Amino acid sequence: MTSSASPSPDRAPSRGPDRAPSRGGPAGRRDSPRRVTGRLPWMLLVPAVLGLAFLVLPLAGLLVRAPWPTLLQRLAEPQVLQALRLSLVTASIATAVCLVLGVPLAWLLARVSFPGRRVVRALVTVPLVLPPVVGGVALLLLLGRRGLLGQWLESTFGLTLPFTSAGVVVAEAFVAMPFLVISVEGALRGADQRFEEAAATLGASRWTVFRRVTLPLIMPGIVAGAVLCWARALGEFGATITFAGNFPGTTQTMPLAVYLALETEPEAAIVLSLVLLAVSVIILASLRDRWVNTP
Amino acid sequence: MTPDGLRARLVVTRPSFALDVTLEAAPGEVVALLGPNGAGKTTALRALAGLTALSGGSRITLDGEPLHTTAAERRRIGMVFQDYLLFPHLSALDNVAFGPRCHGASKAEARRTAAALLERVGLAEHAAAKPRRLSGGQAQRVALARALAVHPRLLLLDEPLAALDAHTRLEIRSQLRRHLADFDGATVLVTHDPLDAMVLADRLVVVEQGAVVQQGAPAEVARRPRTDYVARLVGLNLYRGMADGARVTVGELLFSTSEHLEGPAFVAFPPAAVALYRSRPDGSPRNLWQATIEGIERHGDNVRVHLDGLIAAFADITPAAVADLDLAPGQQVWASVKATETHAYPA
Repeated sequence: MTSSASPSPDRAPSRGPDRAPSRGGPAGRRDSPRRVTGRLPWMLLVPAVLGLAFLVLPLAGLLVRAPWPTLLQRLAEPQVLQALRLSLVTASIATAVCLVLGVPLAWLLARVSFPGRRVVRALVTVPLVLPPVVGGVALLLLLGRRGLLGQWLESTFGLTLPFTSAGVVVAEAFVAMPFLVISVEGALRGADQRFEEAAATLGASRWTVFRRVTLPLIMPGIVAGAVLCWARALGEFGATITFAGNFPGTTQTMPLAVYLALETEPEAAIVLSLVLLAVSVIILASLRDRWVNTP
Repeated sequence: MTPDGLRARLVVTRPSFALDVTLEAAPGEVVALLGPNGAGKTTALRALAGLTALSGGSRITLDGEPLHTTAAERRRIGMVFQDYLLFPHLSALDNVAFGPRCHGASKAEARRTAAALLERVGLAEHAAAKPRRLSGGQAQRVALARALAVHPRLLLLDEPLAALDAHTRLEIRSQLRRHLADFDGATVLVTHDPLDAMVLADRLVVVEQGAVVQQGAPAEVARRPRTDYVARLVGLNLYRGMADGARVTVGELLFSTSEHLEGPAFVAFPPAAVALYRSRPDGSPRNLWQATIEGIERHGDNVRVHLDGLIAAFADITPAAVADLDLAPGQQVWASVKATETHAYPA
């Protein structure tokens, strides 16, 4: 795009005429060494197009079948607003929890060498591949009323997590934190550690180095990780319904509401899905430069 | 024995590399660590800064206080890194103020210190600029100001001029010299450029393969190199032989020299002192040998001829002489050097 705007004389004119006779043969082509390309192999082209259709068509279907005339009215329904608000609040709190715990964890994995670091890193990524329902069951076993830790929490602090909004946050954070940790750890590994050495020679303690040098340097990675983490928390279904249940107003988040509405009121499900789709698109657009366009 | 300044024995042992050097630098003195790439200069500097772990037997004292047991952030040092490592997210002013802030100064106080230092290095008007907006020379000066802002007793400079282009280098070198002259602590700078070392340092310490091979005042090192590396740096032909009065035997060759020595000795002479002949010249057989031309290359205004034979040597002659003698690689020539230009000193 930018090259057409540039006044570079050796580039602009070669573009147009060079492309047109390219089928005619190599005659007259003397500049840029172009790769010799044959016909596109249909063995690759056909599945590629099918794959694209498979990914895009369902979303298109969602848009086509959406009850556009009554959309706003349905969005304003109390249950929808309730679920939306609960989803946004719990996902945001879960992201905050992940940031507070996950950034230091990522720092530990990236900057401190300790025995068993590889094992710890593997453990951190387990929730990433674990079926969320299993995560929910595991959370129940630990934090449930009869759970290993839950019993003690209830007897000591009178605190119960399962089937509460706090439980939703716990379930979402459990599933979403690996996204943040992996993203931040990658940023830490990519950051030039010599800046931290330079800070140390200037008298900065390790905490000051982290706060004033490392953190600003890896901020883009943290932001990207937090956005991914938030998106994952927002879409969380399995662990939430297992650990926190499905109570409108307290634990019924958007994905749960979608699932429930599908049986009773399909149009409402579509509307709720559209909202989640819109959120995803916005996230994708905001991360465009970082994730989609980078080679 | 004064307790002042830097005294260090640095031992770093790694599977593929060993460093063992002893360094001293008095307050106000600039010591240059000079050596080829991979000699261990930067490792030594990082060890002084506390960024590289030392092995047993190491000891560093600065103004009489032990440094090797102190964490990097508590050492009273300032370090200028080769590519400066200015914090990209901070302005030039905040980069310089970073150190004072870490040492407990208030924000305003730190910024005052930083502004004064930027003024001193002539960058007052660039205080608000982010590092990426600074030229190489400006970034170098900010890095120097940042290192000086913590009032170090030991200033460490890692190849301070290597990242600059030739023109900027000239200017920054003379500025750096001025700032180093103003600095009252000890300075250790690492370079592989003999010119930087000669101009900036009061004393040279030449490191090769992890060990000190020669040290002394720049003029002394330049006049009396003791290794092939130093000889190449200062542009001399250097040989080791046995002296017997005013003669030094190098292999099968006999050199007449202006000095009288006994025992193992070095013989050094500049390439420009070597004369080449197509046929054996008349006169004394001393300082005369037959050589094969290995290669011919341009060297400044002259031509440098690489000679092989009994001894390997460089000869600098004029392009006219090359044409007159019709020299080409592979040819046999006679080479001679005047006794008055041959310098001998004990090995």
